[in-house]
Amino acid sequence: MTTADPAPTATAPAAVAMRGIVRRFPGVLALDRVDFELAAGEVHALLGENGAGKSTLMKVLAGMLAPHGGEIRVDGQPARLRSPRDAIARGVGMVHQHFMLVPRLTVVENVVLGLPRPRILLDLPAAARELAAQGEEVGLGVDPAARVSDLSVGECQRVEILKVLYRGARILLLDEPTAVLAPGEVEELFVALRRMAAGGRSIVLISHKLDEVLAIAGRCTVLHRGRCTASGEPTAGTRAADVARWMMGGEGDVPLATAPDRPARRKPSAGTAALELVDVEARRDDGTPALRGVSLRVDAGEVVGVAGVSGNGQAELAEVIAGLRPTTGGQVLLAGEEVGRCSVAERLDGGLAYVPEDRGGVGSAPGLSLVDNLTLRSFRRPPVRRGPWLDWRAARKEAGHCLTDHDVVHADPRQVAGQLSGGNLQKLIFGRELAEEPRILVAAQPSRGLDLLATAAVDRRVRAERDRGTAVLLISEDLDELERLADRVVVLYTGRIAGELPGGSLDRARLGRWMTGVAAGEGP
Amino acid sequence: MIRVERRTHVPRWLSWLAPLAGVLLALVVGSAILALARIDPVEAYVAIARAGYFGGAYALSDTAVKATPLLLCGLACAVAFRANLWNVGAEGQLFLGAWAATGVATFWLPEDTARPLMLAVMAAAAMAAGGAWAAVPGVLRARWRVNEIISSLMLVYVAVRWNNYWIYGPWSDRGFQLTPRFPKTAWLPRLSDLAGEVSAFSGLTVHLGLVIALAAAAGIWVLLGRTGWGYGVRLLGANERAARYAGVPIRRRIVSVMVLSGALAGLAGMCEVAGVVHRLQEKFSPGYGFTAILVAWLARLNPWAVVVVAFLAGGLLVGGREVQPAGIPLMLQGVVLFSLLACEAAIRYRIVVERGPAAEEAR
Repeated sequence: MTTADPAPTATAPAAVAMRGIVRRFPGVLALDRVDFELAAGEVHALLGENGAGKSTLMKVLAGMLAPHGGEIRVDGQPARLRSPRDAIARGVGMVHQHFMLVPRLTVVENVVLGLPRPRILLDLPAAARELAAQGEEVGLGVDPAARVSDLSVGECQRVEILKVLYRGARILLLDEPTAVLAPGEVEELFVALRRMAAGGRSIVLISHKLDEVLAIAGRCTVLHRGRCTASGEPTAGTRAADVARWMMGGEGDVPLATAPDRPARRKPSAGTAALELVDVEARRDDGTPALRGVSLRVDAGEVVGVAGVSGNGQAELAEVIAGLRPTTGGQVLLAGEEVGRCSVAERLDGGLAYVPEDRGGVGSAPGLSLVDNLTLRSFRRPPVRRGPWLDWRAARKEAGHCLTDHDVVHADPRQVAGQLSGGNLQKLIFGRELAEEPRILVAAQPSRGLDLLATAAVDRRVRAERDRGTAVLLISEDLDELERLADRVVVLYTGRIAGELPGGSLDRARLGRWMTGVAAGEGP
Repeated sequence: MIRVERRTHVPRWLSWLAPLAGVLLALVVGSAILALARIDPVEAYVAIARAGYFGGAYALSDTAVKATPLLLCGLACAVAFRANLWNVGAEGQLFLGAWAATGVATFWLPEDTARPLMLAVMAAAAMAAGGAWAAVPGVLRARWRVNEIISSLMLVYVAVRWNNYWIYGPWSDRGFQLTPRFPKTAWLPRLSDLAGEVSAFSGLTVHLGLVIALAAAAGIWVLLGRTGWGYGVRLLGANERAARYAGVPIRRRIVSVMVLSGALAGLAGMCEVAGVVHRLQEKFSPGYGFTAILVAWLARLNPWAVVVVAFLAGGLLVGGREVQPAGIPLMLQGVVLFSLLACEAAIRYRIVVERGPAAEEAR
């Protein structure tokens, strides 16, 4: 049996046919007469930039959002999907990007949670057997008796998929399933997806990683600002560049973020590192250990990448360096000076810049104006600060330069930062941090959630800083990004450095083993 | 089809419209309540307006006297609220300020101290006492994240009892529940003091506290808008994590904002005892510190708007007292609070009228 048959047979009705779907949100037309067709037994990729309407379209199909217009047919029959329950009754189930599991319960308990049947007596062992058999069938084995809190991220995702299958879904909608997975886990997921499709199930895969999608999906549909720019195109013979063009609305060529001509890297200087960590330990907010003896050094003019699956200490690592989280052991040195006890302000004065992962929650005040947000660093130094006073004229001038230099698309410098798009907010944050001409730049997930153009802009800025001689620590869960930018990559696993690789094209198999805690040499 | 949907962003003009609409709505609801009590609402409102705002120099002077503590306490609330610190205990800080000023005037400095020195020391003592009282919830919040709403409110009741202890006990004037009268050197000058030169000023009780309060409004405006400290306060109020990220010393800033807030309320207490009652007694404040919360909120935490709102609220107190000693002003205040909350919630939504086929299909 061929996987991913591109041409749906003419006789069988499509598993899903959506025609002219319209959905509005306050101030936005999220879906503008979108057509979408899913054939039985295919893997169909749904692509688009952030805010293109991918998730909205799938939520409409999953009964979570009511469409404001259009028609939905499931297996050829008109369907009114008013709730997820309606959707699952028609065989449509959605696996969300963010897991919805109860950590204290076991796998099987999580799966049967919320089922309308049985009303009175629950036969958990029988449910566990059924679940195990189902997992076996599609190649997503999980121990039904395991506690969810003991599972890895990849295993949690399996549970989410099994939950939907157990409810009888034949049409699976997966929202960015690979975003949280290590490379090896992605392969396993794809094997399972192919198997499910071969078994007659239909799968929609939301993603914005082009290569991945072209490898697994038989056809793809591309959305751009709520409209279809490609509908059910077979992926065979489609180039990534074509898809990228559709994602940008089909106009001209797109300057994609690409691997650069890497200048020969200077030999690491034997002297003091710009940033050095020695056996650093720190705790999470709940008091559990987050960093357990991390040592690394970043030299001037070097980009060191930190890879790892989310939640292995990356967030805490950035906060420890920025001074937002206390260390419980070890040393943090900026240009050879121990700063473990220094305040945030003292570290900033020492030449540190930090682009935090949470742009709206930490990196900016969404309720304040762009000028206010751009004064976040400059308010501590002249010419903006004169003694106790703030010179707003100087602040406005600097802010104006920053907005132009970093082409932040905005209506008015007095508008609130919360109105900026994610990409423009990130440009603003980068611009503000780089205006201080830092010697050390810590950037956490700098292109997460950004579209192609904004990602390319982030890349340019990181490279320019490196060339200027800044030491850059790039914490990212996006291996492509690390591959493009990092001179060296270290892997963080359960708060320890699991291994280090030179930059450039990364040995993903090794990286994957480190990221998932499989000791080197043990793996396949 | 008509739908109600949440706004993604509340425009500035609308956020100023909310308090105005709130007050208008309050007048409508209030008139319904007055009608139920068989009072002609139009007549009552006209009487209030005449007594509070349009009754000539005397009425304006009375309104200004009431507006002075409201203005200072309103600024106290506005400063704290700007930093997202909910100091609702201005009333207690006002009591402590009055107590400290009384101690200086009656029991510490000699009667013949020069008037400017006497008043300056009283003001300093009042601000220190009010600031210290507010520092308690401030430190608790900064150090151990204790909710400042509850702690500052509870301290109001402690402050009232504290005052009672002194006026019933050690400071009691011949067994009455009040202290002896302040010496004249501890009285804030009144306009009527100048009646000898300008006869039109005779009987006008408005005192120097008004000037102090207006200067405080200007000072707060400069402090919040033009200094690095004030920028940090606004950042703290807008997003505490961003403020920390910007290097603002959060704990110290929380405590200093609370101290400033308490000092302003304490100064209000000093102005009240030195400018109006000239002694410490029970219930010298009809809840200025609580009304000030509403004043600050109606003014959208803008110092200049606090001045305007404090005058309007002062007029309501004066005018309402003319109509009925206790009931109407308090009732209107309560109704204003509820109408304001309703309007604040309402501006976050908007009504959308849809036409065309999409509307019909959406059921």
